[in-house]
Amino acid sequence: MKLNARRASALVILLALAVAACGSSSKKASSDGGSGSTSTTAAAEKITATLAGSGSTFQKSFDEAVIESFKKVQPGITISYGGGGSGKGKTDLAAGVDQWAGTDSLVKPEDVAKYTSGLLYWPLVAAPITLSYNLTGVDKLVLDGPTTAKIFQGEIKTWDDAAIKALNSGAKLPSTKITVVHRSDASGTNSNFTKWLASAGGADWKLTAGDTTNWPADEVAGNGNPGVAKAVKDTPGAIGYVDYSDAKASGLVFASIVNKAGKAVAPSLDGTSAALAQTTLNADLTYNPLNAAGDTTYPIATPTWIITAKTYKDANVVKALQAFLTYIYGEGQNLAKDVDFAKLPADFVTKAKAQLTMLTAG
Amino acid sequence: MTIAVAETEVALRGRSAPGDAAFRALTLVCALLVLVILGWITLAMGKEAWPVISGRARDFFLGQTWNPDASNPLFGSLGFVYGTVVSSIIALVFAVPVSIGIALLVTDIGPRLVRGPITFIVDLLAAIPSVVFGLWGVLVLAPKFLDWYDTLARAVHPVPILGSLLSANGGGGGSGRSFFTAGLILALMITPIITSISMAVFQTTPSGQKDAALAMGATRWEMIRATVLPHSRHGLTGAVLLALGRAMGETIAAALVIGSSVQVSKHLFSPGDSMAAVIANQFGEATGDFRAALIGLGVFLFLLTIVVNLIARAIVGDAAAAAAGRGR
Repeated sequence: MKLNARRASALVILLALAVAACGSSSKKASSDGGSGSTSTTAAAEKITATLAGSGSTFQKSFDEAVIESFKKVQPGITISYGGGGSGKGKTDLAAGVDQWAGTDSLVKPEDVAKYTSGLLYWPLVAAPITLSYNLTGVDKLVLDGPTTAKIFQGEIKTWDDAAIKALNSGAKLPSTKITVVHRSDASGTNSNFTKWLASAGGADWKLTAGDTTNWPADEVAGNGNPGVAKAVKDTPGAIGYVDYSDAKASGLVFASIVNKAGKAVAPSLDGTSAALAQTTLNADLTYNPLNAAGDTTYPIATPTWIITAKTYKDANVVKALQAFLTYIYGEGQNLAKDVDFAKLPADFVTKAKAQLTMLTAG
Repeated sequence: MTIAVAETEVALRGRSAPGDAAFRALTLVCALLVLVILGWITLAMGKEAWPVISGRARDFFLGQTWNPDASNPLFGSLGFVYGTVVSSIIALVFAVPVSIGIALLVTDIGPRLVRGPITFIVDLLAAIPSVVFGLWGVLVLAPKFLDWYDTLARAVHPVPILGSLLSANGGGGGSGRSFFTAGLILALMITPIITSISMAVFQTTPSGQKDAALAMGATRWEMIRATVLPHSRHGLTGAVLLALGRAMGETIAAALVIGSSVQVSKHLFSPGDSMAAVIANQFGEATGDFRAALIGLGVFLFLLTIVVNLIARAIVGDAAAAAAGRGR
């Protein structure tokens, strides 16, 4: 191994670049830290605690918005949210690694015993899942449960299929081949979309409804909502399920979905709030907004929860969690719209606030 | 000179025996630490995976259906093992000739002037993070290759075996993410490994043999075929197997370009899935048996790569011994 002059000089240049990059970023970090500490001294509130969280990536943008604005109210409480997926959130909370977690799906009954300090659900917000498609000349499309099930199972292969035509009498549907795009990763969006298919598709839906699905071979897969959105946008004739904010951000066109009342409704935050209003909240604050009743209801939505333990050793953690959750059910709900989430109906908020006393120290 | 060296050795041995003993113990601890950690990883992962492997070993190792969220979940690893093996073989098919070509250019064919820059560039290739390869593969290569795959599939369609290998299930469509695309990306990633090991191996060819071949009137290629390649056979096999281990374990690049469709298909332009890729894709949402099954896949992959590496070690060891013997 001889280090010749050319290689040595290239190394020197690379090192110099690396040092320069590190230098500038550390300078930025330290100046941020400085401004943060000045606001801490100016704070009036006294709770000091650290709340670490992880879990659902779906609710991450909402969590970040709430944490950001909560910091102004309670600068002494440091809240972090690492994402990583609902499964990670559940595992971390059960293991006591985190003080709180985010999840789009409920803890399985057989796993509840693993939460030795108890388990509480806190409904957070909800968001519609769109059926986005890429079909030139068709800017309005109506789909229902059974037809969507057949499309995603590969039984309806072209856009001019009789079943699609029957739902869209006015539209000029081309004979383009349908390319189905689904998720490559396990996800709450996949779970809620397939559970809607299981509910609205009836006997026509034959696959597994859950975080993962045994999709037919040779369909296209994308990682995360952005991955599916990109695949739909790049492939003429494609259709995929994408959460509302990613579909909007990618400029996708989405279908109106026939709801339980037989009305075709386009995805919207209002339609999702309407679905929540039609849904009964269980005693443990879990609920299922899929395929809800009502004329204005959009039938496919992802509910999402914060989950916490019931008892914590540190009384400050309990106080901090109560303050954070109180903020979420007050100011926080108004932030939902800015990040494309639908806020909770008033009775959900009331019931969630009533649960705050169940958080105890000891 | 020789006397002076001998004296120093004697002096060292005589003076600091306790220091030597301590140093030997320290190095031994370092070596054992690696063993302990390896054993620990295997045991801990094996324990986590046990619920799925113990009762359902047959389903796990031989089953083809992966349906973790069904009411009666099935965790068959065959589709992933197949994807891992097939994409790695494709990678070797492309990377081995190219790497050996580069190595020969550097050691025996090219002018001295180009050797430095070429080695430097190949080393740079090894420094690119795998996620960059993956993103480049999924954003640039896959869409571009879609048309090429189509053309290629049509061109070789009448050829008996090649025709079905180089095609997609159901023909056309898709996203260009496939066993084949994954293989090509992996090929790029293992090229530096094979190249640098082959260069080292080629350089051990005794120059006497090479000179003799040239003196007999052999052309450069004849010289390489008669002396360098036979001499390096074992070393090259070792290099290829080390690269194979790397290709099998590659996670994020494979996850991005292989297409995430669980199937055992003879059509290489079809999307597939690999062991490392499915762990990366699904671990975040996995709990209970699902999580155990993914960890089980990790253990399985670990064992497969250990086997490949052991074979590689045995062959490289032989080659070193043979080279040492011949050099004398």
